[in-house]
Amino acid sequence: MSLRAGVVVFPGSNCDRDGAVALAMVAGRKPHMIWHQDTELPPLDLIFLPGGFSYGDYLRCGAIAAHSPVMREVVAAANKGIAVLGVCNGFHLLTESGLLPGALIRNAGLKFVCRSVDLRVERTDSPYAGRYSKDQVLSVPVAHGDGNYIADPDTLAKLEDEDRIAFRYCAPDGSSSEATNPNGSALNIAGIYNETGRVLGMMPHPERAVEPALGSSDGLALFQSIAEVLA
Amino acid sequence: MTDPRLKAADLPDIQTSTEADGMAQGLSAEEYARAVEICGRAPNLLELGIFSVMWSEHCSYKSSKKWLRQFPTEAPWVILGPGENAGAVAIGDGLAACFKMESHNHPSFIEPYQGAATGVGGILRDVFTMGARPVAILNALRFGDPEHAKTRHLVDGVVRGIGGYGNCVGVPTVGGECEFDASYNGNPLVNAMAVGIAPANRIFTAKAEGAGNPVVYVGAKTGRDGIHGATMASTTFDDEAEQQRPTVQVGDPFTEKLLIEACLELMATDAIVAIQDMGAAGLTSSSFEMASKGGLGVELALDRVPMRETGMRPYEIMLSESQERMLMVLKPGEEGVAEAIFRKWELDFAVIGKLSESGRMVLTWDGDTVADVPIPPLADESPEYDRPWVETTPPAALDQASLPPLGDWQSVLSKLLGSPNGSSKRWIWRQYDHSVMGDSMVVNGVGPGGDSALVRIHGTARALALTSDCTPRYCQANPFEGGKQAVAEAYRNLIAVGAKPLAITDNLNFGSPERPEIMGQFVGCTQGMAEACEALDFPVVSGNVSLYNETNGQAIMPTPVVGGLGVLDDLSQAVSVAYPESGLELVLIGEGHGHLGCSAYLRDVLGRTGADAGPPPPVNLNREKRNGDCVRVLIGKGLVAACHDLSDGGLLVAAAEMALASDIGCDLRVAGLTAGVLFSEDQGRYLIATAHAGAVLSAAYAANVPAGKVGLTGGDALTLNGTRPISLQHLRDTHEGWLPAYADGDA
Repeated sequence: MSLRAGVVVFPGSNCDRDGAVALAMVAGRKPHMIWHQDTELPPLDLIFLPGGFSYGDYLRCGAIAAHSPVMREVVAAANKGIAVLGVCNGFHLLTESGLLPGALIRNAGLKFVCRSVDLRVERTDSPYAGRYSKDQVLSVPVAHGDGNYIADPDTLAKLEDEDRIAFRYCAPDGSSSEATNPNGSALNIAGIYNETGRVLGMMPHPERAVEPALGSSDGLALFQSIAEVLA
Repeated sequence: MTDPRLKAADLPDIQTSTEADGMAQGLSAEEYARAVEICGRAPNLLELGIFSVMWSEHCSYKSSKKWLRQFPTEAPWVILGPGENAGAVAIGDGLAACFKMESHNHPSFIEPYQGAATGVGGILRDVFTMGARPVAILNALRFGDPEHAKTRHLVDGVVRGIGGYGNCVGVPTVGGECEFDASYNGNPLVNAMAVGIAPANRIFTAKAEGAGNPVVYVGAKTGRDGIHGATMASTTFDDEAEQQRPTVQVGDPFTEKLLIEACLELMATDAIVAIQDMGAAGLTSSSFEMASKGGLGVELALDRVPMRETGMRPYEIMLSESQERMLMVLKPGEEGVAEAIFRKWELDFAVIGKLSESGRMVLTWDGDTVADVPIPPLADESPEYDRPWVETTPPAALDQASLPPLGDWQSVLSKLLGSPNGSSKRWIWRQYDHSVMGDSMVVNGVGPGGDSALVRIHGTARALALTSDCTPRYCQANPFEGGKQAVAEAYRNLIAVGAKPLAITDNLNFGSPERPEIMGQFVGCTQGMAEACEALDFPVVSGNVSLYNETNGQAIMPTPVVGGLGVLDDLSQAVSVAYPESGLELVLIGEGHGHLGCSAYLRDVLGRTGADAGPPPPVNLNREKRNGDCVRVLIGKGLVAACHDLSDGGLLVAAAEMALASDIGCDLRVAGLTAGVLFSEDQGRYLIATAHAGAVLSAAYAANVPAGKVGLTGGDALTLNGTRPISLQHLRDTHEGWLPAYADGDA
């Protein structure tokens, strides 16, 4: 069976089409586009929360969208074990709605950063990373003003202990340091999992790295893995 | 709640105007007299406001239109030329590219963040008004001397404003240019270009049809911001300019994003007759243009306009430049379909009037008529001036023999690559989301920062190539040659990635047209541009004129910015400036004459500018075309591995930029290490890297194009004739260092 994916569209989402294109490439069919006011979800294997500026990012990134009707359904689905991938603004939504711990604040450099970054794969036993090898280095773009991941020391320790850090910002050789951190994130965190590994939030945009013409296809394997594992 | 709205009879707007009122609103005595004649009476203050903005330089092009008519505007691929919201050209697969460039200079000086942000918003609306989904934004920025007290603040605000708007609407900002010169101290230039894609057979226009059809207002509410912005943009500045801050509009990119989606959703139905965005002069100009183009009248009930504030008057409503608003004429009975879509996107929707056969614009307030003016005479008899002009005196020839000897080429190269104008602009474009929409191409590691930006046409194997260019110092020395060069450089930048150049948009930034020497610059530049567009088969399809760019009598350098668009039929053939590998031969296409006049070398190394810098390099348009065709064919045949046009800094800077883009060095082999050989800016030239030098040279020979081997790629340094390596690391630190340090206050 091919992957049943849904892409949630909020007012101000702007990576919904990009996510849908990437998912269609691996699923062989178009994902459902889900409107933010929907109160019921179709049967899905994966929910994609796209990047953008949901509700204009007014108040705080993702804060208003987290209270939209559809997010109640997304949270309920995630709690039932449906996989949820939140990218960029979608990652904000996951922290704002409590599906992932911590928060994302203004970049340490105080400026919007759009560039290609190197990511080290920290863990491969998830529905998203099965096609990667541990410590593999991926080249994927970031484009955000608020990607600086913070959490209290206990939470950070827990994330490390439970092996829930998905990707870290690193150098091309895989080493990570302050110099390879584009936004000041704690522990160079670029993405984290929930306890089950089925909810993933990440700031970099794998959907913008699915073809050589775009500069990198390192993000494609993430979507291929989803299609393989979740379908 | 009591409605603080004034009754029509109590409005100051309906008081009869005097000539002094006309002058206060920027009309000359003759223009005021003509307004009285058209109305058959003295217009009231509201009507006067309509005349004032419609006849402002910004809206009427009264000083420039005589000269704009000389531009070639046609080609088999041109679908819509100047006169609509944007130009449109066919790009294959039944699709059209709609594009235009527009200035937001005056507002950006007063309030850089909002000024630049709303410039982006306005130009995006010009494109999606036509039914085109915006796919790319470019910007051409010019700031004053970096040492000037305000420059750092303006750079920061403008860049954040462009990013803040473009990043939120989710349209990638893919290219542009940024220059510094003291002539922009009191007048920075913020020119934004937007490009959209529409089905070629479904382009929407502003031409109203069908008396009785409903006129509908959608988008954001109307507030008191930007009132008389168009009039402000039609005068020069003095030291009090910043007190005009209330005339600057405030943008909301989130609303713009919703407006894009709602408009495109409605455009997919069959409900719209005509559509026009409310840009400069807001509701006045949009309603006027729609009715005028359709040869109809229009009746608007201004009390039905969605308002942001209480107590607004008709005058304020008509002249507000609040952002993110559109005016549409719908087919009768389609109001429900349209309203449902706009409500879904949480936008305002109001039927505010209807078309009529009267040929008049009739405005009412709670049922009482508050303005009634005839449309055709106001539109057709708008003033047109043949302003006096004097030809710019060409500078004396440069006595190159008297220049100091070149000295150490390594330090000259470092100086050029590390100067404010020669340095990398990465600090700017890293703040712009250039990869959203998943179609921005990266070729051999080069995204932004190459000769042209490449944006895949979604769902096809084609790509658009986009660039913006102008060399103001050339235009100042010789407006005619400078005008030619701006067009030729855009052409060259499109060729350099492998694209076929199709058409241009322009943004003509000059000082006050009331000064004959400035008008002479305008005439010279536009004549040069027209000649180049003709010769290169590269017509003008849209554009914008920004005059009065001067403060305290100090005019900017003439800056006719050219936004070029080309198409690459097979995106896999695209090349970039980066050397993909070592061991490639470098071939220089085109002829060098060692011309150093107006060069970056003279300016940045010898400190010679203006009259001391001699004439700019002449552009031979026949050779330009021949060389360009040759390079494009070579790229199409897969014989070119990397390509870069020669511009500021000439051959050595081009080779260094290619090396830096790839992190692969090169050895240039040239006879005679003179400034003329290394740094001349002779036109029509390209540096290419190739694994097929023999085939390249024979193809060039057959096409009667000068070409010669000038070196090899490889190593981690740049060398000249195998000697004196200068490491790429050093060049990179120099090239990348200046702007971030400057922005942080360290340089």
